[in-house]
Amino acid sequence: MIEQKISHTENGQTEMVINMGPQHPSTHGVLRLELVLDGEVITDVRPNIGYLHRSFEKYAESLGDYAKVIPYTDRMDYVSAMNQEHGYVLAIEQLLEIEVPERVEYMRVIVAELQRVASHLLAIGTFGLDLGAFTPFLYCFTEREKILNIFEKATGARLLYNYMTVGGLMRDITGDFKTETSSFINSFRPKIKELNDLLSYNSIFIKRTANIGVLPADVALNYAASGPVLRGSGVQWDLRKNDPYSIYDRFDFEVPVGKGEVGTVGDCWDRYIVRVREMEQSLKIIEQALESMPGEGDVKEAVPKRIRPKEGEVYVRTETPRGELGYYIISDKSAAPFRVKARAPSFVHLSLLPAISKGSLIADMVAIVGSIDIVLGEVDR
Amino acid sequence: MKQQEEIFEYLQKEFGEETVEFYKGDVGQPWLKLPAEYLKKMANFLRDNAELRFNTLMCLSGTHYPDKSELGVTYHLHSTLHGHTVAFKVATPADQPEIPSVESIWKTANWHEREAMDMFGILFKDHPNMKRILCPDDWQGYPLRKDYKPQEYYQSMPTGT
Repeated sequence: MIEQKISHTENGQTEMVINMGPQHPSTHGVLRLELVLDGEVITDVRPNIGYLHRSFEKYAESLGDYAKVIPYTDRMDYVSAMNQEHGYVLAIEQLLEIEVPERVEYMRVIVAELQRVASHLLAIGTFGLDLGAFTPFLYCFTEREKILNIFEKATGARLLYNYMTVGGLMRDITGDFKTETSSFINSFRPKIKELNDLLSYNSIFIKRTANIGVLPADVALNYAASGPVLRGSGVQWDLRKNDPYSIYDRFDFEVPVGKGEVGTVGDCWDRYIVRVREMEQSLKIIEQALESMPGEGDVKEAVPKRIRPKEGEVYVRTETPRGELGYYIISDKSAAPFRVKARAPSFVHLSLLPAISKGSLIADMVAIVGSIDIVLGEVDR
Repeated sequence: MKQQEEIFEYLQKEFGEETVEFYKGDVGQPWLKLPAEYLKKMANFLRDNAELRFNTLMCLSGTHYPDKSELGVTYHLHSTLHGHTVAFKVATPADQPEIPSVESIWKTANWHEREAMDMFGILFKDHPNMKRILCPDDWQGYPLRKDYKPQEYYQSMPTGT
């Protein structure tokens, strides 16, 4: 697993190159980082990706049908499949210029926000695990399991749902979806406080994450960072607020940002705490959506019989748990998209890794990779 | 906040009427077309002009147009300061594809350009590390070109095509 190369630099110092990965528990998938070291200090990082490349874009262009692409979008970021589908169907609906029924919009928001909570729980849990905190991981997974159970009842799948279709949803929710979701929210709220006591304000955890991997706001913008990574650097930026899509402009919620409470603005702890606070906001959105959702309605009412958009192109971006997911789709009037490009947030965030990890220690590298929360399925597509 | 049309007129005023073209499909969003030799100058202008301030490059995508035997790159820019968005395209001949790199203007372009090179074979001039990113270094051909034929063997292993 570890291959060492030692070379002498010009001034006679030794420089060592170590491979971290491709099989390494804290790389969150198959990622290889070439670390150039001076002792234990990292002087350079070269991320090597592509181990999970499945040519999503080539498939999307050659399947011959817009609708057949949806299951493939699930497999990009497999821990937030609902959000991946949401962006894609929104893009196709824009190309077709169709209106979606109110009830469908509300249900999409509810499942997307539930998915955001589930995805953040996984991110937070494994982040703690990377730094040696095993218990919070189990607590997070217990809660995530409840969301997956709700999804299983609604969609029939636990991870890759294929739930949203162009113009609607695969099927309507069952009768007890609403009560189960509300009871999950009520039971989950106090658990966030528990998580804060257990992990967020744990002094060992703070020592491992505060002032580590600091990402200044201007660097973050130049690298087009988004989502919790950008907000951790203190930039108030959330597509649900700044460029609202679907019906997000109807809900009242806040956008938490990093303030450097325990260290510097934009350090690992700030990126972490933004995720914790976002979960509370997601719960707020779900509550509002459950309350104002129309009771009746056919979820397949607006589903088109065949999908053949006119000539044109769209770039549609949505806020996934990891940041801005953009779909750039060109239609040439045929039944299949001429070009599909998925702009994955994890891909962009991994590219800024060298900018924030120079000068830190090898052990900190684990914290930095965990804090930018990458999913390699999405990086490699 | 400016609409695409206003940004188009703004660019025409600055660089001359022939340099920028405005397009719109039957559906969806409009885009501008720039000549490759103006790309860097215009990109700098788009980023630094006080009324435009496009500080983020949201997306950079390659495209292959087999009927024109051209390769193209689409840039999607956004300004978090003014809230406006612009899309523009640059084309290059498919047999000798070369486009200036905008890596020095928006750092995020580094990996996006490597991906476009990997998938389409577009060479970005002055890119600091123009290597394949998703495919192996010794892979043959450019997968997302419309006329791509996968190789039968990779390092004497059958690829299943």
